[in-house]
Amino acid sequence: MSYDTTIDTIDQETQEAIDIDRTKGDFSYPEKHKYDAGVGLSEDTINYISDVKNDPDWVRAFRLKAYETFLSKPMPTNWATEDLNNIHFDKIRYYLADGQKPMRNWEDVPPEVLETFERLGVPEQERAFLAGVEAQYDSETAYSSVKEELEKDGVIFVNSTEGLKEHEEVFRPWFGKVIPTGDNKFSALNSAVFSGGSFIYIPKGLKVKHPLQAYFRINSENFGQFERTLIIADEGAEVMYMEGCTAPKFESTTLHSAVVELVAMKGAKIQYVTVQNWSSNVFNLVTKRGIAHEDAEVRWIDCNIGSRLTMKYPGVVMKGERARGEVISIALANSGQHQDTGAKMIHAANNTTSNVVSKSISVGEGRATYRGQVLIPKHLKGCKNNTECDALMINATSKTDTYPAITVRGNQHVTQHEASVSQVSQEMLFYMQQRGISEAAAMSLAVNGFINDLVSEFPMEYSVELKRLIELEMEGSVG
Amino acid sequence: MSLVIKDLHANVEDTPILKGLNLEIPKGEIHAIMGPNGSGKSTLSKVIAGHDDYAVKSGSVTMDGEDLLDMDVDERSREGVFLAFQYPAEVPGVSNANFIRAALQARLPKGEEMDAVAYYKNLYSKMDVLEMDRKFTARAVNEGFSGGEKKRNEILQMMMLEPKFCILDETDSGLDIDALKVVAKGVNAMRSPDRGFLVITHYQRLLDYIEPDYVHVMSDGQIVKSGGKELALELEESGYDFLKEGELTNA
Repeated sequence: MSYDTTIDTIDQETQEAIDIDRTKGDFSYPEKHKYDAGVGLSEDTINYISDVKNDPDWVRAFRLKAYETFLSKPMPTNWATEDLNNIHFDKIRYYLADGQKPMRNWEDVPPEVLETFERLGVPEQERAFLAGVEAQYDSETAYSSVKEELEKDGVIFVNSTEGLKEHEEVFRPWFGKVIPTGDNKFSALNSAVFSGGSFIYIPKGLKVKHPLQAYFRINSENFGQFERTLIIADEGAEVMYMEGCTAPKFESTTLHSAVVELVAMKGAKIQYVTVQNWSSNVFNLVTKRGIAHEDAEVRWIDCNIGSRLTMKYPGVVMKGERARGEVISIALANSGQHQDTGAKMIHAANNTTSNVVSKSISVGEGRATYRGQVLIPKHLKGCKNNTECDALMINATSKTDTYPAITVRGNQHVTQHEASVSQVSQEMLFYMQQRGISEAAAMSLAVNGFINDLVSEFPMEYSVELKRLIELEMEGSVG
Repeated sequence: MSLVIKDLHANVEDTPILKGLNLEIPKGEIHAIMGPNGSGKSTLSKVIAGHDDYAVKSGSVTMDGEDLLDMDVDERSREGVFLAFQYPAEVPGVSNANFIRAALQARLPKGEEMDAVAYYKNLYSKMDVLEMDRKFTARAVNEGFSGGEKKRNEILQMMMLEPKFCILDETDSGLDIDALKVVAKGVNAMRSPDRGFLVITHYQRLLDYIEPDYVHVMSDGQIVKSGGKELALELEESGYDFLKEGELTNA
């Protein structure tokens, strides 16, 4: 196979075509916020948020301490992109809400919010295949509902505010324990100003058949969304959680910085599925980590299509014997985008197994970066890691880079690492076009073929959507 | 109506490969082109299909009066030009069933969806002619295929797309005699008064199974000799040495 490509630099027309293709999420409604923490970040901002949310004292203290940590941490530009310096913390609005509590019926949700989620297809998906839905609009949850029978079984599915107030005994022991405030500058920022996100508890032995879903929507300009999610699956429980996200394309940049903590108790299984399709002006800086206890399994199935810059390295700490961790990741970086993604696998018990499969596609002047960290300390035995990262470059101007760091101490472990970089060859394109398939359709077929084995890991309803999104992205990629 | 090539000149980079080629293939006929390596046979097939590496300097190629050279590769295909490749490309991760379906879908008006049941019925019946295993539909296009499987796959695609004009570029290379018979069976099933064929080959062997109406000899970018199917037998016997001796009969 030859790796030649003759496709030229992306032109203006193509660039526009790519932008137009984002129309599904590219709309906004006039703001009607009763509560607005104003522009910029200070202790006052944090106290304002705590006042509006009527935080317990321990939460206010947690926030203020996190704010100090945030200030003390430098931007990680020593290893990450300089583009981070274009985030102006003093120009962002940190809390916007209309003061309503989450509704349990879509009819009670304000009309423009309902219309937003209707256009994104959320109520429709809920009717079709979901066990519960949380829909967040700017800082607060607008709608939250879980099927009655699950509630009877003891499933808790609420937003973080309700979680920390109504279920403190379950929430507090794990909150901030999987990802400490000071893990990185953005986890500290989230800890200071968090609002929204899900709190989920699945009782012992309960296997939730249908997925739970959260949808995160940014509607306002110059805004930062900082949801906080904590999912606990008790012994032997199983759950799949899916999140989707979109924002309109504003002139100015928007910040999304979430923290997601997963706790899989003995023998439990959590699958966390993300389809990230932020508009191309969003900085998406997210910290995600799970703890897997004995015989437990945490799987991150992660797809990043949108945003200007995404930095996200879902991790699993395998704390109990025979625990399993997995990251399945697809990233598509178009012109003006940098997908900086990867995985962290921390082996902390004997006979633990981790698997990382990452596939990235760079289109036009897009850049895809893989950063991986695998740690197996010396005192353990019988640990296994498999890491595969494959990159596909569509245009000669596309960029890809890989930074794997695999630290294995001791000699009683098995690790395997494979990486590849390829291009859609001219011969492959000619072959497909000779069968009557247009260049754009051929490109999209090649890309779908490249990620085909990973797409099948997504629930059916999402894999169809995923293929459609990729087709839209590829339509504008050929000159 | 037919495929008509007039005074065709084409280059690869700055090297002329086709040097004033003339050829007319009426519908319903099978024409074979033979010739030594480097005579430009494969270049001709790529130029008709519209490969980027070849620059047409002058001349014309028309199909039923339509100017093919003016069309993109995919447009030519949808107009009815089919090229069975000597070395078909692999398309990793894309199943044969999805690939052929995408090619058929590209021929439908926008918004019109194919009937999946009818599609598979059709696909299976063509696969039966070519003695292909059903498992084949789920395999990625040409990935890990043997030489014979690749060639069968080319003929299957041809049968599914029902083109007006088929070019077979060294379809016999890499085939054992049994596979060759099966492939020929597929091609013969496609013979029709509405369809023209151009069969490019090194060896007379293929022409025992796909019987041509005319045989042309190509040398140095031109057709230098034309005749009936008996010409292939002559070539088999005496080789291409006559080309060096200047005993040329122009077509």
